[in-house]
Amino acid sequence: MHPIYFPKYTAFAKLFCNFIGYQNKNQMINKTVDNVQVALNDLKDGMTCMVGGFGLCGIPENIINEMVRKNVQGITCISNNAGVDDFGLGLLLKQKQIKTMIASYVGENAEFERQMLSGEMEVILTPQGTLAEKCRAAQHGIPGVYLKAGYGTEAAEGKETREFDGKHYVLEMAYKADFSFVKAWKGDTAGNLIFKGTARNFNAPMAGAAKITVAEVEELVPAGELDPNQIHIPGIFVQRIFQGERYEKRIEQKTVRQKN
Amino acid sequence: MLSKEQIAQRIAKELQNGYYVNLGIGIPTLIANYVPEGLEVEFQSENGILGMGPFPYEGEEDADLINAGKQTITALPGAAFFDSAMSFGMIRGQHVDLTVLGAMEVDQNGDIASWKIPGKLVKGMGGAMDLVSSAENIIVAMMHTNKHGDSKILKKCTLPLTGVNCITKVVTNLCVLNLENGKFRLLERAPGVSIDEIISATEAELIVEGDIPEMEF
Repeated sequence: MHPIYFPKYTAFAKLFCNFIGYQNKNQMINKTVDNVQVALNDLKDGMTCMVGGFGLCGIPENIINEMVRKNVQGITCISNNAGVDDFGLGLLLKQKQIKTMIASYVGENAEFERQMLSGEMEVILTPQGTLAEKCRAAQHGIPGVYLKAGYGTEAAEGKETREFDGKHYVLEMAYKADFSFVKAWKGDTAGNLIFKGTARNFNAPMAGAAKITVAEVEELVPAGELDPNQIHIPGIFVQRIFQGERYEKRIEQKTVRQKN
Repeated sequence: MLSKEQIAQRIAKELQNGYYVNLGIGIPTLIANYVPEGLEVEFQSENGILGMGPFPYEGEEDADLINAGKQTITALPGAAFFDSAMSFGMIRGQHVDLTVLGAMEVDQNGDIASWKIPGKLVKGMGGAMDLVSSAENIIVAMMHTNKHGDSKILKKCTLPLTGVNCITKVVTNLCVLNLENGKFRLLERAPGVSIDEIISATEAELIVEGDIPEMEF
């Protein structure tokens, strides 16, 4: 709108902005919760939860421990992996809290194998890039995406397919989850997140991909202390944030080379 | 017959200057050890790094820095980290120039089976289905036969598939094969391996024309 046509409106807007500018001391929305118990207080039996991380790298340790403590049952879990026997999502498996596991690779986990073979737990194996994209679609409000992965394999069984430019694609729907649990290296009270190294993995596309996203961070700082240029996930995708405690950050496969 | 290291060494000759390369677990991982001197090549690991370096020195390992095999790694100067959605975006968008992965079976339709044996514990496909369906340039690194001596180069795969009509080149402990119009063309023999040996170890249809040179390293 050109101001010349709306002189009165412009004058009013100017006044209004000045007023707001004066009143508003640039307060960012505070997403902090006191602790993990508060963050998960409305997590209930039967809910669907996205859990970030790749292997044990970047998993939300505090949140997983709280899920174990609360002993919520019948959880549908969307996570690239399923932890190991005594760490990560393996702890939920041990208590038989997971009803359905959606993952790309479940590795070597004896309890997982037992529950899968006995039929106690449903397992939906999904190609890794498809899993990431189904999260990203949910994060971005896209109902579904056409992906090549899995075409002609059992991963595409029962799914709609379509041909574009002579190539075959599978329609993959965005996930619908109640909670998304992510872990970042640094975060601020406004919910902005920064990841470190390869721990960004599924944490980034899962942030904002569920009704409620809870982020735990190694270091929580007041809004304004993180460089806005360096933010990986803007706070709009995060509803609750807290500083985690006692990170173990276990390494699954320690591989080293010798000096000399 | 080639060792696993020699298969990796032969595949390393396929690397070209400026290539972004994704290496699967097993034999493909070894290729990083044989990059020809002076070649500018970056390795991508689908969990979120370009510019993957060697394993760290003892005591310098970082839980936040791993490859897709969950091994601790290092990042070379100029490396970049990214999330899983972007990582598969670069794979799907064909920004990665070469993908090398292992297989249980391949066939002359270009199909590959690499993730599941019925009756045995299934661990999952990981990123293999995404990689084989998206990449234009795929090399399969595998042993020519299984431990019972049966051919893994087939007319039709018997195991559950990872992808259809997607592979072109296969490097085994016996030879280099290229898929052309529904048949494998024999391009090179491993040193000391005869054409007859290759034919008898291969169930798929083979095109054998002219002199088949021995591989050079």
